[in-house]
Formats: sequence, C-alpha cells, structure tokens
Amino acid sequence: MREYDVIVVGAGGAGLRAAIAAQEAGADVAMVTKLHPVRSHTGAAEGGINAALREGDDWHDHAYDTMKGSDYLGDAPAVEALTRESPKETIQLENWGMAFSRDEDGQVSQRPFGGLSFPRTTYAGAETGHHMLHTMYEQVVKRGIEVYDEWYVTRLAVSDEDEPEERDCHGVVAYDIKRGEIEGFRARDGVILATGGLGQVYDHTTNAIANTGDGVAMAYRAGVPIEDMEMIQFHPTTLPSTGVLISEGVRGEGGILYNSEGERFMFEHGYANNDGELASRDVVSRAELNEVNNGRGIEDEYVHLDMRHLGEDRILDRLENILHLAEDFEGVDGLEEPMPVKPGQHYAMGGIETDEWGATCVGGLYAVGECACASVHGANRLGGNALPELAVFGARAGRHAAGDVDEEAKITTGWDEDSEEGENVSPVALGEAGLPSAEKGALADGGATAESAGDAGVVEEAVQAERTRVHYLLEKEEGVNHAEVREDVQRTMTENVNVFREESALKDALGDIREARKEYQHVTVEDPSRTYNTDLIHTIETRNLLDVAEAITVGALARDEFRGAHWRKEHQERKDDEWLKHTMLSWNDGSPGLWYKPAVLEGEDKTYEPKERSY
Amino acid sequence: MSTQPDQTDDETESTPEPDAEPEPESPGERRRAEKAARAEAAEEEAADAEPDLGDDAITLKVFRYDPEVEGKTEPRFDTFRIPFTKGMTVLDALIEARDTYDSSLTFRHSCRQAVCGSDALFINGRQRLGCQTQIADLDGDVVRVEPLPHQDVVKDLVVDMEHFYDQMEAVEPYFQTDETPDGELEEQFQTPENREEIKMSTRCIWCGACMSSCNIAADENEYLGPAAINKAYRFAMDEREGENMKEHRMELIEQENGVWRCQTQFSCTNVCPKDIPLTEHIQELKREAVKSNLKFW
Repeated sequence: MREYDVIVVGAGGAGLRAAIAAQEAGADVAMVTKLHPVRSHTGAAEGGINAALREGDDWHDHAYDTMKGSDYLGDAPAVEALTRESPKETIQLENWGMAFSRDEDGQVSQRPFGGLSFPRTTYAGAETGHHMLHTMYEQVVKRGIEVYDEWYVTRLAVSDEDEPEERDCHGVVAYDIKRGEIEGFRARDGVILATGGLGQVYDHTTNAIANTGDGVAMAYRAGVPIEDMEMIQFHPTTLPSTGVLISEGVRGEGGILYNSEGERFMFEHGYANNDGELASRDVVSRAELNEVNNGRGIEDEYVHLDMRHLGEDRILDRLENILHLAEDFEGVDGLEEPMPVKPGQHYAMGGIETDEWGATCVGGLYAVGECACASVHGANRLGGNALPELAVFGARAGRHAAGDVDEEAKITTGWDEDSEEGENVSPVALGEAGLPSAEKGALADGGATAESAGDAGVVEEAVQAERTRVHYLLEKEEGVNHAEVREDVQRTMTENVNVFREESALKDALGDIREARKEYQHVTVEDPSRTYNTDLIHTIETRNLLDVAEAITVGALARDEFRGAHWRKEHQERKDDEWLKHTMLSWNDGSPGLWYKPAVLEGEDKTYEPKERSY
Repeated sequence: MSTQPDQTDDETESTPEPDAEPEPESPGERRRAEKAARAEAAEEEAADAEPDLGDDAITLKVFRYDPEVEGKTEPRFDTFRIPFTKGMTVLDALIEARDTYDSSLTFRHSCRQAVCGSDALFINGRQRLGCQTQIADLDGDVVRVEPLPHQDVVKDLVVDMEHFYDQMEAVEPYFQTDETPDGELEEQFQTPENREEIKMSTRCIWCGACMSSCNIAADENEYLGPAAINKAYRFAMDEREGENMKEHRMELIEQENGVWRCQTQFSCTNVCPKDIPLTEHIQELKREAVKSNLKFW
C-alpha cells in the first residue's frame, strides 16, 4: 500500500491546482490520473477565465452576474468565493508564465462573454484551457509532485458507518493500466476528487471520451449525496458532425447567428432583445433548436455562426484556433463561409455535494471542478466561469485538505435540519439491479463496505473488493460488450433528456436505463490481457455512466419547473415558492432516494433576491 | 521491442514488405514476424473476398501486439473492413473496429479534437493524429495504422511515452523569472509582439509525433529532441523571464544533447499537427547560442 497525506484523483486544472496548494501547505501529495495530466480535458476549454481585474469592474458585479446566470440556484457563499478569489488566481497563472493574450500596453487581455456585465473574460487566444492546463502541469513538474499517470481510480476506501455524515475516506483503490495491477493508496489527511465531466452519457457532446463521470459515480456509491444532477448545459455552438466546441469567444468578439432565412434570429425572433447572441447559453441553445423545430434550420439540423465580418486580422489574432477546428472537423473555412453549429452537451452544473472549501459530508473526502457542486453554477453556468472554478476551488480544497484552513464553512453538507424528504418519482426501480447473490458482491461496487479494522484496513478491504470485481469481469466467459450498453444509455439520454424535456420522455429514459442496467449485469471483458486493457477500463466506466445517467434523469423528472438549463414542457415557469432548492440524490446502499435542500442566497453582506432573468 | 520507420508510403495491403514490419529482437523472432506477416497477407486476401459492406467500405490494417496474450506476442497486422461515413477520421475508424469487431484493439484517445495529444500514430507511413486525419484525405484504398516508430510498443498502438516525458522534463519546462512581482495582484507585462513570438511554441500538445519522426532522436537516444527544445525556446524567448534566466536556458540547450544535434532535416516540422515551426525554433536557438557565446569573447 502506498501512503501520502493528500491524494488527488484526476489531473486536469482543478486537480493540478489542488495538488500545488496542498503541497505548498506542507502536505506530501500524490496525483492519480487515468490519463497523463496534459491529456486532461481542461486543455479543450477555449474561451477564458472570468476575473474582475480591471478598474470599473468589481467582484461583486461578477457575483451578481453569476447568481443571475445560475437562475438563483447557485449558493452565494460559493459564488462569492469564486468571484472574490478569481482575480488572485488569474494573476497567479500569469505569474506562472501562462501565455495570455495581451493588450497593446502589455496587460493581459479581456473580452465580453455571455451573461457578463463587464468584459472580464481573460483569455489566451481561443485555447485558454490548453495554456492553463500546461502552465499548471509545469508547476507540478517544478515542485516534483508525484504523479501516477495512467492509473485508474476505481473505488474510494470509505468506512461503513450507517450515516454518510459519520463516514471517513481513508484512501482510494487504483488500477495501474500499463501493468494491470490493483493497489491501495492510503491518504492520511484527504482525498480530493477532480475527475471532471460526465459528457459521455450523451452521444453529442463537447466532452472527451474519458469524461465518464467517474468521481461523481464513486462518491455517490460511497454515500455522498449528489446535487442538481439534472442541470446539464448544452453549449449553443458545437460542430454538428462531431460535437467539437466552437468557443463563445466567437460571439464575444462579434460573431452572429443566422437561421436558414438569413435572419439574425436572436433579435428578430425576440429571444434576447438586449444581448442577442451574447445571452446566456441556455437561452441561445433553446433559441437555436426552436428555429430548427420551426423549419428555419439549415438541413433541418443546425444554424449558422458567421464571423467573416470580423476580418482576417482580428480572427487570426484572437480566434485562430477556431479556424483550425472548423477546417479539421467540419471542412469549413471560417474566413470564407459561416460555420454550421448546433447545441451539444457541454457541462454538468451538478455533481458531488460540497461546501465552499470543496469538502463533502464524508470526512476527508473533497471534490472540486466539474465533478463537484458547491454550487457555483446553479441551473446554468456562465461562459468563462469554469476555468476560474478549477483554480479557485482547487486551491481552496488543497489547502483545506492539508490542514491549512480553520474557517468554518457557511454551506452545510449532508442531511441537516433544513432538508426535506422527496417523493419517489420514478416509474421503475432505481439503483442496483437485482442480482444472484454470488455475483452481487462482485458487481455491487458500493463504497461503504469496509469493516472497522483501522484506517489502513478500510483501504485493504476496498482493494480486496476491487480485485474481486476485476477478476470477475476478466474471467467471465460470455456476455455483452460494454459498448452496446454505453450506446443504449447515450441514445436514450440524447433522445429523451436533452434541451427540451417532457414527462413521458423522461420516464421512457428511466425505463431504458433500467434495461441497460440489467444488460450490464451480463457485461464481459473479452480482452484477457493485464497489459493496457482498455476493454476493462471502458467496462468499469460504463458502470459509472449508468449511475450518472439515472441520476440526471431522476432529477429532471422531479424538478417540475423551468429553471436555467432545465426546461420542462409541462411546466413553463420558474417556481420560486417551491423550487429555490437543490435536488439531492443519495445512493442508500443501492436504493437511491431523493431529498431537497434550500439554495443559499445569503451572501457576505447581501441577499440575492430572485429576479426575472432576461437578456 | 520497437518499430522502425517505414520507408514506403505506397505499400499495398497484399504485399507487406518485411522492412515495414516492426523490428524484432532476434533472428528467430524476425522469422516468426515475417511468417506472421505472410499469414496476415493471406488473411487479408481472404478478408477482401468477403461480401462488401457497401461501396464505401474502407480497409483498415492495424498493427497488433500484446506481450502476454497467446497469438499476439508476435507482432502482426489485423485487417478490418469498416463502412465509410462522410467526415470519418482514422480515430473514428479505429473506434468502429474496436466497438464492432474486437474490443481488445488498444489505442490511446480522449478529446477527439487534436488538443490532448493522445493519438499520435503512424498512419500510411507518416506521423499524424488519428482524430485529425480525415480518411478521405488519405491516398489509396487501405489505411494502415501503426504505433509511433522509435518508441517501445506497450500493446497494439500504445507506445511507451516515458522517454519522451523525460526529455521534456530535462529542459526545466516551467516558467522561472529573475524577478517575481511583489503584490498578489501584480501582473507581469509582456508586449503583444513578444507574446506573438512565443505563440506557436506554446501550442505543443506533447503528442510525440516530432520525436518519432526525427532520425537523430532515433539514433541518439539522449538527444533532447524537437519537442523538448521547442519547450526550451518557449521560455527562453519569453521576455518575462529576464536575461539571467535566458543565459541559464541557453546553457541547458547547448549541452551535448541539445540544439547542435539537429541536422535541420525538417521532418519534425513536417509532421507537427499544430504546425509549430520546430526546426526554425531550433535554428533560432542555435543563433542565440552563438550570440551569447560571443559576448564572453
């Protein structure tokens, strides 16, 4: 067994920043990632980092924009931590050498972005995430922080008390992809999950193939509540054939959306009379689909994003990467013709419930970045708010895990006196599919299975459980391939749990997911090799996708209102009397249960009163 | 075991040449590899005789090797017939082959948009990213996919990247400056011109295509290689680092295994999927090195 003070799972922006902060606070840190750090999907982020850096701007305004953007489902203490600390973290990146775009006077450049009251999106071309990821990894190399790359964390070692709030996380179990060995990692002080997105539950997504919601699923099964899972962002400008992202920066610089009639529909059809193309992402995505559904789409599928009028110089200076993406992945020359775009799954606002330090209700377990829900983004994330979230909450959680913080959190985690029980909304059973008892132990994959045998004992037991599971998957002779199950999940989620949602379709999706779960009980790994067995890795990931897809759909069915990214056909209004609260889902050892917790709208010195959200 | 570069771009599927196959470790292994190649060729012909998957099906020939699985311990090529769809990339075809025919087919991939650098492969005799390579843009009817030459093969198309990473880390690949700003919110200034000067060098995605294409790096294992030198360039040319640090950086890249090994063959520049002018950057560092050496005369 390997031992460290702090173990960071995942090495994208949030994980790297957490590792640096924990090490600076004196902890012995290891990072464990199923990719190599520079392969992480932070590298695909394009637009920028929102930070109130300049005269005339104020972090309070950024907080206001973010609360409004969240449709008042963000938790103010987390939102204020984000906006207050983003300038410091952004300048920290600059001090680490990040190659930001520059103004004539040599300052880092900022540009307008959707839903912002000030042009505060700090950027490096249209490849800000790439520069941020590499800059942070450089700092990890400089500091000599140990990185286990291509080690896949498959299980958390969490103790087995009845209530999740009483449990402790003592480490993780990881599978060395190159050698096929399973090993325990004991964390003396904390485990920080930074596993990123879950876009692979959809088939049209800007997310990487590796974004399979591993951290969310593992924490969920270990007893940590997951929050607002129904809140999925669909980015309005993705390339139709691949889902590759075309940055909001294009619209920030002045790019225009047209329908098949050549109308600038954001204005001409009244979707956003003030902000037009720069309305919030949920607004623009719905507008585009509405155009297509009303017969004004091109090839009945997409709309046009035109940036030709910006001129070659400006495009090359600020958006060059977009030209390459449109050319390589859609065969379109953005200097000569408009680019075809349509909404695609982009981001999960929900995730593992944490406070504003990234701490979960399980002792010693943290979550940061896209896998976490603090909640900074509520029902809709503003463009340019994901990258600062990685830096700000990565740093906060790293310091906290290393014991460098004794400030009490204002956001509570786990069940508390303000929580309320929810009713079961699902037409089918949820959670663990029924299994013959002999196989149950192998596939159940709960988190809290350990008996009290000391901290190391909890890790050792988790290692044994994982060895049993992997052995079972590798030895099973016949069955279905994970790719079939994954495809079934992706198909039903894309068809039924997309931008526009209605009750019957959501129920259909739950039925399909149930069927896919049953299929998964017969899943088998054909590749017998211990060496770089991606068949096995994808099979384990698919289990995570099932849990995450189900959680998204349950939340979407329960929330019978229209808020932010969550649009319901039968419920066309935001219901503040009833729904200024988070949907919470607990695994309950295999029988998931819904409950609710109020959104925290009280900030440091003001309360964010819900207002009508128009752009 | 390792692969060696392929000299023949126009090889057809029915006549795999022995020197196109990976270089085995012993004469016995070489014989077995050749035998496997012949068997493979026969198998391909058989595959070609199978009913067509439609007019647009493509033939994908993929290098296979697993150090521990019976039947795969000797390198071979497998052939897959894949229905072609508009816009299909080599990565799409590999995924299709894996998910439809053989789930043990192994390759790295993640972002699908040429930024994670996972899927640099040897495609029809050239280093390219699988996700960035349109099948329609390739010549010939057969798409042949091999692991990156000059690197140890772990399994199928997966190569060991450790040596590449070691070389990257050998150039102190992190920002260091003579003077750090005092204030928490104090940024360093950089002219847009200087940012432009380093821009291309900052685009590197660590895919390893350049290193794999470089004959010098293949022969002399200790040569830093184009990617690492480009990383050094990225910092040496960044005016924010300061003059003292630049001198330190010049010492690093002037060492025995540094810039002077480059023979200006431009193979790295030709294969870079991010269009980084690697050879120019190496040449510029050579000029800088000469300049800074003259200072001490």
